[in-house]
Amino acid sequence: MSNDRFETIARAKKVVQQIGLELAFVDAVKENGVDGINELVRHLESALDQETPEPIVEAMTAVRQWIDERVAADNKLSSVTIARLGDWQPWIDAALMSWEYELPYPAFPEGWRTSEEATVPQAAPPFQAAPAPSLVPAQPTSAPAGRAQPSPAPATLLPEQTVEVMPADADAEMLQLFCAEAQDLLQDIEQGVLVLEVNPTDSSSLDSLFRAFHTFKGNVGVMKLMVLQQLAHELESMLDAARRGKYRLVSESITAILSGADILKRFVAELSNQIVGVNTGRTIDLPIPQLIHDVHSLLAGESPAAAKAAGGAPQADAVPAPSPLSPSPPPAPALSLTSTTVAGSGAESPRSTTPLPDEPPPPPQAPAAPMSPVAPTAPPVAKAPAANQAAVPVIGSGIVRVDTLKLDSLIDLVGELVIAQSMVVQNPELKAITSAHLSRCLGQLRGITSDLQRTAMSLRMVPIRSTFQKMSRLVRDLALQQGKEIALELEGEETELDRNIVEELSDPLVHMIRNSADHGIEMPAARSAAGKPSAGTITLRAFHQGGFIVIQIEDDGRGLSPAKIRAKAIERGIIRADEILDDRETFDLIFAAGFSTAEKVTDLSGRGVGMDVVRRNIEKMRGKIEIDSIEGRGTTFTLYVPLTLAIIEGLLVGIGDQRYVIPTLSVRESFRPLPGMVTQVQGRGEVVSVRGRLTPILRLGRHLNTPHTATDPTEGIIVVVEAGQDSRCLLVDQLIGKQEVVIKNLGDMFRHQTEFAGAAILGDGRVGLILDVNALVKLKARNNGEAA
Amino acid sequence: MPPTPPQHHSHPGATPGKYLTFTLSGESYGIPVLKVREIIRLCPITPVANMPEHVKGVINLRGKVIPLVDLRAKFCLPISADTERNCIVVTQIAAAGGGTRLYGVIVDGVEEVANFTAADIEPTPDFGGAVDSMFITGMAKSGTGVKTLIDLDKISAVDGTIAIQALGLPSSQAS
Repeated sequence: MSNDRFETIARAKKVVQQIGLELAFVDAVKENGVDGINELVRHLESALDQETPEPIVEAMTAVRQWIDERVAADNKLSSVTIARLGDWQPWIDAALMSWEYELPYPAFPEGWRTSEEATVPQAAPPFQAAPAPSLVPAQPTSAPAGRAQPSPAPATLLPEQTVEVMPADADAEMLQLFCAEAQDLLQDIEQGVLVLEVNPTDSSSLDSLFRAFHTFKGNVGVMKLMVLQQLAHELESMLDAARRGKYRLVSESITAILSGADILKRFVAELSNQIVGVNTGRTIDLPIPQLIHDVHSLLAGESPAAAKAAGGAPQADAVPAPSPLSPSPPPAPALSLTSTTVAGSGAESPRSTTPLPDEPPPPPQAPAAPMSPVAPTAPPVAKAPAANQAAVPVIGSGIVRVDTLKLDSLIDLVGELVIAQSMVVQNPELKAITSAHLSRCLGQLRGITSDLQRTAMSLRMVPIRSTFQKMSRLVRDLALQQGKEIALELEGEETELDRNIVEELSDPLVHMIRNSADHGIEMPAARSAAGKPSAGTITLRAFHQGGFIVIQIEDDGRGLSPAKIRAKAIERGIIRADEILDDRETFDLIFAAGFSTAEKVTDLSGRGVGMDVVRRNIEKMRGKIEIDSIEGRGTTFTLYVPLTLAIIEGLLVGIGDQRYVIPTLSVRESFRPLPGMVTQVQGRGEVVSVRGRLTPILRLGRHLNTPHTATDPTEGIIVVVEAGQDSRCLLVDQLIGKQEVVIKNLGDMFRHQTEFAGAAILGDGRVGLILDVNALVKLKARNNGEAA
Repeated sequence: MPPTPPQHHSHPGATPGKYLTFTLSGESYGIPVLKVREIIRLCPITPVANMPEHVKGVINLRGKVIPLVDLRAKFCLPISADTERNCIVVTQIAAAGGGTRLYGVIVDGVEEVANFTAADIEPTPDFGGAVDSMFITGMAKSGTGVKTLIDLDKISAVDGTIAIQALGLPSSQAS
């Protein structure tokens, strides 16, 4: 009951997490691979104290013995032994949580039990009076009994946990984004659950629910909301088991998922209230321990009836339980599903992680609750029981999420309005009317339209800064958790991106940054040994490059090892052993579905929700992803994201009566060549000397098969464009000017052409095509043939 | 999943219902009226280089950039000079990646919206190669003559293939 216990648990958890990471990293073929694990287990042993409950002591004894055997044998880790430890580590993690909340212990992983049974001496139970002679006290079958154990008779409910709603050092903008995203996820979850209720094995719903909880877990992890993270983790584990076919969802488990979603919803609702300053700093009580308990019993495979007793308890049995304490029982029945806040306060508080500060609701206010659950003037205490209902309408989150299709059509319509407005203003008949009033009205119309246009455009464009900043928080937390030193450097945060691209990018970026921090950057000692500065650096940069927005995640960590990737891919059956791949193709394997799988279950890196999802998300945006890596030196992930709908500044050029847009970013200069500047080079076409460099000419009119007036370079204008290291002179008829344009996708009918990156509506309402400078610069061979 | 997966040379035949009929080089054609979004006048067309002949380019439909297809070129019909009656039928057809997309179709003139019953519609006769019957779902008899019913989804589905061929043979467009 002392605080020491929680400190012990916290210390132990940290080490267990490190073990998980070590297992994730560890190289199966490396020499003395056991040493790292051995070291960490020793840490764990020293972290645990006298009061450690028996199951954990036994698990430690078992692993100690096993490790000693390995050290004695060959001191090597094989993939089999890693997998074996991979079973052990999540168990100990879960067991620590069971200890923390006094829940039944999960079943010890198979294989561990059988081999140790003979050898492990019956460890002296220092803490619990062990009821069972078996090694594993909380066997599935004994679960009902175990459940009765911790709490006195009718109160099968575990105490609620008081939760700090506002993270200590949170940034308001981030919290708002978190709330908005969380609401979306919760909606996904509810929809998925509805499907599962009808068809519990629907794999796509299982997947989407699992992903939703996974993302939620990641998000709350970043926000340091550890309690919620545990909850999400438990539900995620259950769904993961279900989607792998190891566990079949029953109606109790669906109830548990829904209650979990309700808890998260209550939390998010409270958080969004507190962001806008309602009851800031208030804590709320959530029945998280009970739910975690339920999930554990469900997963342990309790018979449906027994599970019902446990899972159903919060609903019906809850009401009588608090009655001796609570002065007014009537309000309680109104809150059916998560009848919670009233229940089990006070009496059982010592068992929750933090002492419950709040008392049972004072009698005068409580009766009001069932009548008007959201009494606006109600003081916090009275409002808390009603939070369940109040959660649904979210008060003032400050962000409205709009379907991007609606946004697109709004922007299209505004564009049309601007053109129509200029047609009205320019109308000669209207101009003939000399009326001060009319011209004032027209002036007003023009002002409003241009304001409207500006606002509409700004709806879409956001700098990537906020997404990047979310990452710096993530990196900081990851570094702390893993005991690494990682610096995150941000470049190009001001790059503006289409809002929906930024949103789509957020998840993949989180995954990739985690990947770099988990698997890329080494521990400080390893870095020093390799002659690198002990602090690793991850650089996150964004910039425009020829029609794409490029986002790079670069780390100076260990790099990818083609040999290891190959071995793993063969092991996973992704490639055949005799396939020959170059390095780039080998690196690409990490994006294959099923490449990263559940060797490690931590809250850091996933269990198969890995790089394949990242690639799918990027490809969904019609982007692409590339990897460059030098083993031992680092890895660079490069994302190319199209700037569909992004606004660019373009140079408007004319060829014949057609106009084309060249992105200004790619234009170096333009000039009218004088006779003698252009040289014919046999077999190389025409070149012009630009600042001492001979640059090949591409006659754009001829290349595009379009009528053009400049048949000789000296009659036209040369625009020097560059892409990467290469540059090229485009010959056009005339320069028209600069204009900001909104890039529109040309659509799938034109997906095979390579000349144009998109189209834009020009000032007069006609469509101008945007040249794909990258493709034009790279287009060497074909141009030679034409120019010759 | 797109509502009509592209399957060549086997169509279920035209379904009875309302059709918009229009003329191309003096012949009458019909498309299901539900596929028609609107009919607009000819407007400035931005040609897109190096595309097959029937892809005339793109137009601005109230802020949307939509491709414009000339069915006369597609069906190898003679193309006469544009007149006042020429217009663009904006159609909504299945896109390759699912969903729908707007396409503009240039026609010589729009006739009417006609209701064809099952009795009016006959299966496609064998033209012996004069017209690529892949896009034809049936022939409809009406008071004013025979209308050829066409399937625009199929036309867009094979456009990509044609474009690949055109790009793969630069010599064919060097002139």
